Amino acid sequence: MHITEEQSERHVLSLTVANEAGILARIAGMFTARGYNIESLTVADITQDHSISRITIVTNGPPRVIDQIIAQLDRLVPVHRVVDLTEAGPYVERELALVKVAGTGDHRIEALRLAEVFRAKVVDTTIESFIFEITGTTEKIDTFVGLMRQIGLVEIGRTGVVGLIRGKDPI
Amino acid sequence: MADSQAVTQGNAGAGNRPKTTHKERSGADILCECLVDLGVEVVFGYPGGAVLPIYDALYAHPRIKHILVRHEQAATHAAEGYARSTGKPGVVLVTSGPGATNAITGITDALMDSIPMVVITGQVATHLIGTDAFQEADTVGLTRHCTKHNYLVKSPTKLAHVIHEAFHIATSGRPGPVVIDIPKDVQVATAPYARPEPIDHPSYRPQVKADPRLIESAVEMLMAAERPILYTGGGIINSGPEASTLLRELAEMTGAPVTSTLMGLGSYPASGGQWLGMLGMHGTYEANFAMNKADLILCLGARFDDRVTGRLDAFSPNSKKIHVDIDRSSVNKNVLVDLPVIGDVGSVMADMIAMLKKRGYAKPDFSEWWARIDGWRARRSLDYVEGGEEIMPQRAIADLFTATRGKNVIITTEVGQHQMWAAQHFHFDDPNKWLTSGGLGTMGYGLPAAIGAQLGNPDALVIDIAGDASIQMNIQELGTATQYRLPVKIFILNNEYMGMVRQWQELTYESRYSESYSDSLPDFVKLAEAYGWTAIRIESHADLASGIQRMIDTPGPVLVDCRVAKLSNCFPMIPSGAAHTDMLLDPSMVSGTMDDEAKALV
Repeated sequence: MHITEEQSERHVLSLTVANEAGILARIAGMFTARGYNIESLTVADITQDHSISRITIVTNGPPRVIDQIIAQLDRLVPVHRVVDLTEAGPYVERELALVKVAGTGDHRIEALRLAEVFRAKVVDTTIESFIFEITGTTEKIDTFVGLMRQIGLVEIGRTGVVGLIRGKDPI
Repeated sequence: MADSQAVTQGNAGAGNRPKTTHKERSGADILCECLVDLGVEVVFGYPGGAVLPIYDALYAHPRIKHILVRHEQAATHAAEGYARSTGKPGVVLVTSGPGATNAITGITDALMDSIPMVVITGQVATHLIGTDAFQEADTVGLTRHCTKHNYLVKSPTKLAHVIHEAFHIATSGRPGPVVIDIPKDVQVATAPYARPEPIDHPSYRPQVKADPRLIESAVEMLMAAERPILYTGGGIINSGPEASTLLRELAEMTGAPVTSTLMGLGSYPASGGQWLGMLGMHGTYEANFAMNKADLILCLGARFDDRVTGRLDAFSPNSKKIHVDIDRSSVNKNVLVDLPVIGDVGSVMADMIAMLKKRGYAKPDFSEWWARIDGWRARRSLDYVEGGEEIMPQRAIADLFTATRGKNVIITTEVGQHQMWAAQHFHFDDPNKWLTSGGLGTMGYGLPAAIGAQLGNPDALVIDIAGDASIQMNIQELGTATQYRLPVKIFILNNEYMGMVRQWQELTYESRYSESYSDSLPDFVKLAEAYGWTAIRIESHADLASGIQRMIDTPGPVLVDCRVAKLSNCFPMIPSGAAHTDMLLDPSMVSGTMDDEAKALV
């Protein structure tokens, strides 16, 4: 007997939730309990009174599973609203990464040149290293990191994706 | 993210105080006051270090009756039995650590079967949380995924609001268990108490009334159907007795056949002409074939559970499906439906009936459909062969049903063959009379559930139909029934096996009975007598009717050890991984082996 897997789609979900103890565990735990995937998850409070947080989750799965994920998230008591940005229309998504690259001579120059092409900022430097700050889509960051890997990548830190719907209206 | 509100004893959360001055009360007193305000009459619990302040507040309490169980798991099942039979939420009070972990099985059971329940757990003092203190467990962490919602209350000023909100969440929408974890210092610290305003929750707003356009579509689909079937479930029971009345009206109006899940038995009367019996793995031939051949399934408060659908790609292939459910996540989870209707099933049925009437709906002629159903009925799938010396378990249940007809009977069960036989051969005409662990399948549910049901229904004849293995899982509750003089009856179908396990071993593993024989069974009669119960043993056909009658006529708790045929199996059966049309009707159809795909399914 073999176990078969269905075709997956990537979706970006944007949630507003009550900013209360345990909310992150509730959401992350729902994903593990039901066998769903999390590619990235970001969270921060977004209102003046710190009562509401926005959580952005990048997940993947067959369309039916994505529908289930949304329904399961929506029925958690502290969850105000769940929007599938991928479905809801044109949206902007960004991720920030800090990328540490070490090297000297040509490698060092090439790293700087590439950083310029990707509009990455130098936020720390020594004679033998840089930390670049880069923002963009997941794909752009993946590409940049891929290039740096050939030059002298030491380590990276990524925030995960945040996103908003384009245009004047809120999500 | 963290809830930064810390407890300062004697001056707890001064900033949150309402402007009107109220006498300060301890957290424990506030809890009791809330329970009284919420109409709670019975609490099932077990004391321990971290709930001593609450137990002191309950000492000789004039309004709240505390039922002392013998194990915390039983407190949760008793609360479920109370809730399921009365429609009111069940309330549990247990201590920290092992008290809370023992309660988890019953909490999960209540989640799976959508039973309204509020569980109050003691916790170590706030300054000890996270230090691995004595009897400390991360109760909110442990119960996060087996509750509808849970709380850790860190200040007595928040207690009243949390308790009222917890009851609101437990009882509204799709009901379920809610845990409130209260550290010991919060029980002792004081705060003013004022009865909270009605709950207006910012994010939790279950949809009760369905979208009228969907009602219209549902009605149009129903009017166009030639072979409809009403597939009903526990949601109708949860919606309240009114929903069962509406179901009967809807069934009467349409003339459509009615089947039900295990959890929905009694919402449509088993004596009704349109009743097909239960569907699913141990459902009737006619119910499963009608589901398979229908052109419209109207699912009312059921959730297309794997025990109901059998093999998914062969489930009712030619039907349109309407799914009425209050929980959106139930829709399209297992089976893709054509029309989801989100709302309370009672409200939806009322709207559908009103719209059918408005449209001058006349009962269609389904005689062709009924003729086919009658053909399936003629297979008499619940029949069993008798004639030997031994009492057939089905016969014992049929006789129990006959002997108790006309009485106000509530049946609880454990889990296994006896549970399925009870569902097949005990017939329910009213809701809230059948209490069983459906979703989680918890052995040991029946006796404590019977205790809870008896407390909620003092005049009812409450019988736990049990198996010899299951009953031992919460056998200690014999003492609880004795203590509170509860006249519950236990009717054990004793075949000296974990019968359902043995049945599957016969079906799938060539009868290798790995660990399914109940060795070293106690003498149930002596055991019951030791707890102060009356006990009866039935060993032959000649004793069956008289034994049952003696059980009914004897006041106080009675245990019956009914020795039944050791090797009989529960048919009909859809084996795991099979379609509705591949039912096994009798033992001659059992081959003894299955492929790996089938073996991998539960």
